[in-house]
Formats: sequence, C-alpha cells, structure tokens
Amino acid sequence: MTTVTIEVDGKSLPAQAGEMLICVTDRNDIYIPRFCYHEKLSIAANCRMCLVEVENAPKPMPACATPVMDGMKVFTRSKYAQTAQQGTMEFLLINHPLDCPVCDQGGECPLQDQAMDYGSDDSRFLEKKRSLPSHDIGPLIATEMTRCIHCTRCVRFGEEVAGVVELGAPGRGEHMQIGTFLNRSIDSEVSGNMIDLCPVGALTSKPYRFAARSWELQNHPGISPHDCLGTNINIQTLRDQVERVLPIDNPEINQCWLADRDRYSYEAVNSEQRLTQPMIKDGRKWREVDWETAINHATAGITTVLNSGSGNDIGKGIGGLAAASSTLEEFYLLQKLIRNMGSDNVDHRLQQCDFRDDNIAPRFPASEIQIQHYNNLAAVLLVGSNIRKEQPLLALRLRDGCNKKGTKISAINPVDFDFNFDTVESDVAAGGQMVRSLATQAAHVAQIKSAELPFDIKKIADSNPGFEQTANNLVAAGENGLIIIGALAQQHTDASLLKAISQWICDTTGCKLAVLGCANSAAGWIAQCVPGDNGMNAGQMLGQNGSAGLRCFILLGTEPELDSIDGKSALATLNKAEFVVQISAFKSASVMKYADVLLPMAAFTESAGTYINCEGRIQNAKVAVTPKGEARPGWKILRVMGNFLELNGFEQITIDDVTEEINLTDITPSCRLVELQFHPTLSSGEKSTPDLMESDSLIRVVDMPMYRAEVTLRHARALQQTADNPPPAAGLNPATASRLQLNDGNRVKVQNQSGSATLELRTNDRLAENCVYVPAGFMETTDLGRHVRVTVKKIE
Amino acid sequence: MLDKVLLSDASLQEIDNELDKYPKDRRQSALLAALRIAQEEHNWLSDELIEYVAEVIGVPPVRAFEVATFYSMYDLKPVGRHKINVCTNISCMLRGCDQIVNYLQNKLGIGFGETTADGKFTLKEVECLAACAGAPMMQIGRDYYENLSPEKIDTILQALP
Ligand code: SF4
Ligand code: FES
Ligand code: FES
Repeated sequence: MTTVTIEVDGKSLPAQAGEMLICVTDRNDIYIPRFCYHEKLSIAANCRMCLVEVENAPKPMPACATPVMDGMKVFTRSKYAQTAQQGTMEFLLINHPLDCPVCDQGGECPLQDQAMDYGSDDSRFLEKKRSLPSHDIGPLIATEMTRCIHCTRCVRFGEEVAGVVELGAPGRGEHMQIGTFLNRSIDSEVSGNMIDLCPVGALTSKPYRFAARSWELQNHPGISPHDCLGTNINIQTLRDQVERVLPIDNPEINQCWLADRDRYSYEAVNSEQRLTQPMIKDGRKWREVDWETAINHATAGITTVLNSGSGNDIGKGIGGLAAASSTLEEFYLLQKLIRNMGSDNVDHRLQQCDFRDDNIAPRFPASEIQIQHYNNLAAVLLVGSNIRKEQPLLALRLRDGCNKKGTKISAINPVDFDFNFDTVESDVAAGGQMVRSLATQAAHVAQIKSAELPFDIKKIADSNPGFEQTANNLVAAGENGLIIIGALAQQHTDASLLKAISQWICDTTGCKLAVLGCANSAAGWIAQCVPGDNGMNAGQMLGQNGSAGLRCFILLGTEPELDSIDGKSALATLNKAEFVVQISAFKSASVMKYADVLLPMAAFTESAGTYINCEGRIQNAKVAVTPKGEARPGWKILRVMGNFLELNGFEQITIDDVTEEINLTDITPSCRLVELQFHPTLSSGEKSTPDLMESDSLIRVVDMPMYRAEVTLRHARALQQTADNPPPAAGLNPATASRLQLNDGNRVKVQNQSGSATLELRTNDRLAENCVYVPAGFMETTDLGRHVRVTVKKIE
Repeated sequence: MLDKVLLSDASLQEIDNELDKYPKDRRQSALLAALRIAQEEHNWLSDELIEYVAEVIGVPPVRAFEVATFYSMYDLKPVGRHKINVCTNISCMLRGCDQIVNYLQNKLGIGFGETTADGKFTLKEVECLAACAGAPMMQIGRDYYENLSPEKIDTILQALP
C-alpha cells in the first residue's frame, strides 16, 4: 500500500491510499459526526451525518465513503461542512419523536449528543411526523421503531458479523421500516450487540428497560465467567444493584462484542431464587441460622464422616466438587480444604465422563492459537463442537476468517449444526461413529504424509472413507491449521481417544490443537481442583459407571443433578450421601432434598477472583456489588471452613493472599497429552450405520444446552425465554422417525437401562441417523443418566 | 422449512431459468424475477408465498420481503382481474390527472388500493411511468392507455372482459 499525505483542517496527515477519510481522522482524533459508519461493519453511507468539505469537490463529501487521495484538502469544521452537517441533522430529526426523557438511550445517545452540536433549537417541520408500531421481537431486545434513523447498522451486523439475517429494511422511502419478517423473534446468540450498535433508542435492552438512567450508573470492569474466553465486561450498577452488563473493548479477546450469555446472565444475580441466608436441616426441616451456627453444623457433619473412617481411609469418603465457573481462588481453596482433610477427591469436570487420560493430561485445557488469531486460520477441524453456542465470540472470529481469509472449516459432530460460517465438510456422526470418523481422518493424514498410522487408530478407522478434503486441508495448512475439541467431544464416552487421535493428527500435520474447556476450567486445572493419583474424579465421586460414590460432599456453586451429564447417578449418590454441604448463590428444591447445610455464596458480580482463559491469560475481576443478604464470597467461606475444621494453611486475610499461594508461573497454553495413549474405544459397536438398522435401539446424543450449563444461567430470566433454550424434547432424524413410525409432535418415552423420560418428539434433519438427541441440564431428562443405548416408543 | 409446494412446476422451471443467468453464488440476483413469476401465478404475494420464494432462491425470508415491499409493482394484497395504475406524477398532474382519478374512482366506486366488489378492477396510484408525452395516462395489465378523457376511459373499461 502506498502512503499518501492529506491535509485535514490545516494539519497534514499520512494515510494509506484508498482508505476512507473517516479512518484517517479517527486515527488522529479529529472528530467527525456519524451514525451509520462503524469500524466493524461495511460502509453504507446512508445517514450523511459525516459530510465534510473537500477542496475542489462539487458538493459535501461523506467522510465514511470518501477514499483519500494524495494532496487532498479536507475541512471538517468549515462553514460549508457545518452547514451540510446541520442540514443532515435537521432532516434526521424531522421524523424523530424527540422523546429523550422517556428513552433508555438518553444520556448515551449519539443522536442526542450530535443534535446538541448540530441541531437547531427549533424545528421548521410543521407537518405530521411519521410514527411506527413497535413489535415484540423476543425477550432480549426492546424496540421503539419510531426512533429509528435507518442507519442499518443492526441489519448489517446480522448479515456480516452474526451471520443470521433477521432484521431487514422492508418498505421504501418514507415507508421503510426496520423489522423482522412477520415480526418473528430475533434468535441470534449475539443479538444484544445490535443494542450497542443502534445509535438511537430504537433498539434497547429489554431486561434493562427503565431500570436506570445511564448517567446514574457506576461502571465496574469485570470478566464474564461463562466461557473460556474471559470476555471483558463492564458491570453497571445503581444503588448496589447490577442493572446492566456491557462489553469492554478488548481487541485481543472479545473486540467490542458480547455474547448474549455474557450480557444477560446478570439477571440471575438479582433473581428471587438467590440464597441469602445460611440454612441448616434439622431432621427434615430447614431453618435459617447465622453463619457461625451454619459453619459449625457443616464442620461437625464433615468431622463425623471423617471420624467414621479408620487408618488409611480417613478422609476418603469425602469429596469436593466445584462449578467450572468458579474463580481460581475458589478452586484452590476447595482443593486445599479437601486435601488437608486427607482426601484427594476433588474435581470440577462434572460434564465429563471419560477420565482415562488424567495421568497424562496437560496442565490445563488450552488453545495453542491465541484468540485474536482465530480470524487468520487456513483450516479448522471441529471435533464435537457446537462452537457457535459454546464460545459464540470464537465462532464470530471463525466466520470472519472464513469470509475474509477463506478458512476451510470442517466438522465431525453428532448434529450438522447450523453454524454461522460455511463448512467444507460436515461429517455427521454420533457415538462410536464419531471416533471412527476422526480415526478415518487420521488415516487420510497418514496416507498424505506417508506417516505410519498407529495400530490403535488403524483398527478403528473406516476402510471406506468419505470426506477427503478435511485431511487435505489440515495437511496443507500446517501450523496455520487448528483442531478444536469442543464440549461434545469432551463429554463423549471416548473423550480420551478423541483427544489422542486429534493430537496425533496435529503432531503429524503440524496443526495446532485447542481443547476449549467450559467456563473457567483452565483455572480449575491450574489450581489443581482435579483429583490426584489417589483421588476420585467427578464421575467416580458421583457414582457413575457403577462406582459406589462418596458419603460426604462439599459442593461449590454446582447442582450436580443438572450440571453433570449423568444427572441420575449424581442425584442418587447425593440423596444417599450422609452429609452434603452446598455452597451456592441459589436455592433449589432438589438441592434442599439432599443437602444438610446451605451456605450462601456471592454471585460472580459480588466477588473478586481470577479467571484464566484458554490462552492462559490471567485476568482479575473486582467486586462490583455487595453480596445479597448474608452471602459471602466463596473463597471466604472456604477459608472459614478451614479455620473451623482446624486445618493448617487457612490464615489468608485478603484474596490476594490466596492468589499468591497459587503457582501461576509458566502458564503456556499447550493442551498436548504428555504421551500418546490410545485407550480402547468404549463405544465401538455403537456405529450409527447399518448394523443398527435392524435393532430398535438408538444412540442417545447428549448435549448441555447453552443456557442450562451453569446454575447462574439457569436463573437468568430472559435468557431462559430465548429460542436457544427450548423445553427439552427428543430430537430424531426424520428418516429414523419414519422407520420407527413416529411423527413430529408425538409424545414419546425414551428409555434406557437407567431410566426413562417422556418428551415431545421433534424431527430434525440435521441429526445423525439412528440417534436420539436428548439434552441434559433439565430435571425432565436426568433419569436417563449416561447410558448411550436407548429406545424410543410412542405413548398413545 | 416449508413443506408445502406453492408454485407450479412451470413457475419453478421459469425461476430456474432466471437463476441460470447469474453466477452460482449470486442467487439473490434472481429474486426480483422470482417474485414476479410467483405473483403472476398467484395474482398477489402472500407472506407465505414470499417466504416460499425466499426458500427457493436460498435467501433469508426478510431479504425477499424487503424486495417485495420496495417495488410498488408487487401486490401484497389480492388484486382484481384488471389492475389499473393511474399516474399522478408531475406531467400527468399538469395535464389533469385529478379529473381522471376522480372519474375512475366515482365510476368504479373504489379508492386507491381498493378492489371492486365483483373482483374485476383494482385501482392503484403510481408515479411516472415514463409516458409523459401521452399524459394523462394509465396502465392496465401490461398495456398503456394515454391522453385519457372520461369518454375514453368508458370505452377502454367496457372492452375489458
Ligand atoms: S434500529 Fe437502530 S441500528 Fe437499526 S437501523 Fe434503526 S437506528 Fe440504525
Ligand atoms: S457515517 Fe458517513 S454517511 Fe453515515
Ligand atoms: S408523469 Fe405521468 S407518465 Fe410521466
């Protein structure tokens, strides 16, 4: 690119030939008003607010759509430019309702601000203003379309960034009106960004509606706990209550975006279901008590279990489980508490059920590619990942890369997910077939690279392969290629095998690997909130696969009956446990049944703590609001429990004292297993193809829907009402449904060895054949446990 | 997903022919033609039909809706057998289209955007149809009628089936 020199308001500035004038002025802090222009969107040049004077141009020029040329002379504040800008403003305000006093955007509104600068104090327009009906377009966005100035930022965001065209601009001229087709709801998982983009009060946040005025709000920088990105958020509060969450621009992580999950999860913090007072169970009745009584009760209960063990067994019956969204300090103190009691049973991986590679695991699940480089990849293979719902902002980057750099993306998934980017190949394979598909790709790679395929992979690989491009693309990409192990792979019964085969492909092709753990799982690993050699993992503690389960639990922010992929075993084990301490921000009926003590914990906005993202980036969150009621930060509760149990090492006074104890040196994001071990597949014989056609049994595809995966999200009111959170149903491929003589809408009973669930049937042609999709995270489906083989029968 | 088929094979074939005129990744370009073809078959474009056309072309429904609502030649409500488009733009106005409009409205007993009870005529107001030299003018179906007078209108309408 050639550099040119232009002159703006008498200042001479360097610029790239061909770039738009507004980019140059923005870079040099020269203010030009605008509405439709946005750095991250295409140029529409339809609002005309950015008009400036350009020497020798016959008319005022829009700075956002005028490429610079050498020697160009620009005046942004000349009489000529100002007249043009004022003219535009006068037109924009003709139909605008000027209802700032009752508009949520008031005080942070580009139109309001610029009207102050460029508007007149009186209108010459005496005719009738245009007014428009506003429609309900879902639980997240409130509309007031009379305020719309038709800048089309929202429309362009949907089309260009989010990848779903929901809003459009039907009508023409005076009749043009931004809206959805037939006023259908906006269902994108990143829809809230349109609120930030809208330069007027046409699109505002529905949950925040009329809650506060922007100038009264206090800003508290924070970190979103919901995925492995560590998205930077601004938690806005009024009178010690969280009223809104907005993004903080971090070009290396979230840019200026937020997933709706990050934006609206705060509603849970203010929910009615918050646990605000310590409670203990006396016999069968719950009563509220003070902290001292509660902790005494908790530690007495734990001590009784401890003392009932003998010799080497002391402590072995006790275990600790933390939610994956806990902070580094909470993870650390929980494992310290458990370990100081002589037990090694501590974990945070409730969604996992294959732990066979624990002894060769890397330090933490990580992405070997930095988040900011997800836009620049040559090839990507998604293994068991619905990345659009798991890490919505990473999916936006993949989409950007796919559109601008031609990233070739393939997927091996049980469902042909509706991604917001194009896939080159999408291998729809569930259960054992998923392992087979991946092994087959490894076989391709071996062939292309003339590498020797390990026997363990060879014996699973399909001799009759399809999907040839994926391996080719990975080989061609080399270190610019990436294999992503998503949540569905990590929840798989053969997760260790999927990881090992992926690693072999990466070793052979030079591609990078990413294991995208849920929430703050990286911190969980780094704080060693995982079992040691002698400890039990989450699955064993909760009695999965016929293990006996523990007698005593300390639960930190987790409801295993819903958080675990095998809710049935979890619930059974907890119900028969002798003593359960629940440290949580929320109450729930099922927890009240099995717990003996409830200790109210601060929510994520109420507690300081450290988050470590998939790149190993360490970020600290501060307290934004005081904990509700008697709730206390998790780390303090654990520390006091340590004191009451008379354990050593619980003298920390501040959270920094805790953080300092944790070894945070050498955090390099590598997710490679220490050595490659190919565990025999547990799900072989679960091929979803021909041999099953004969039998009645199907493979259950389990998934944790995006707004069910954490207790906090389950209490976020508006998110629970979105299209991404439908009531649980049994999904079936139409071909499979018709083979079983079932129809969409039938009530069916899904049954397996552990139990059954009665659900409505939904046909879904994106699902692998001979599978039934039944989500976890709902009480209605808990009974199905983790058994993969199921039958589906119609209920008459 | 729409499981109903709303267009005849002939119409679908015609849409395919239109699609062939554009590169494979520019299917949206055929939207205008596809909506016209759908309207010709059904007389007007219902929401359902617009969504169906969008599906055939492979664009989000709101994209087809934008196009259908942008151009006044698409009818979003059922119209009569004969659609009368009267120009009221500047040349026609100067040449007395007001009188023409009045006459038509009184004769047919309907206003703009309305259809006679027998379903025979629909009256629409349109902008310049590029026949200023013959102002005042109107368009019925595909035909232009120029230098209108009440008497001429009587003859024209009478001749229509
Ligand atoms: S709703 Fe807002 S963002 Fe969308 S076009 Fe109108 S003013 Fe622009
Ligand atoms: S910002 Fe340039 S025309 Fe809108
Ligand atoms: S103004 Fe009527 S045809 Fe041109």
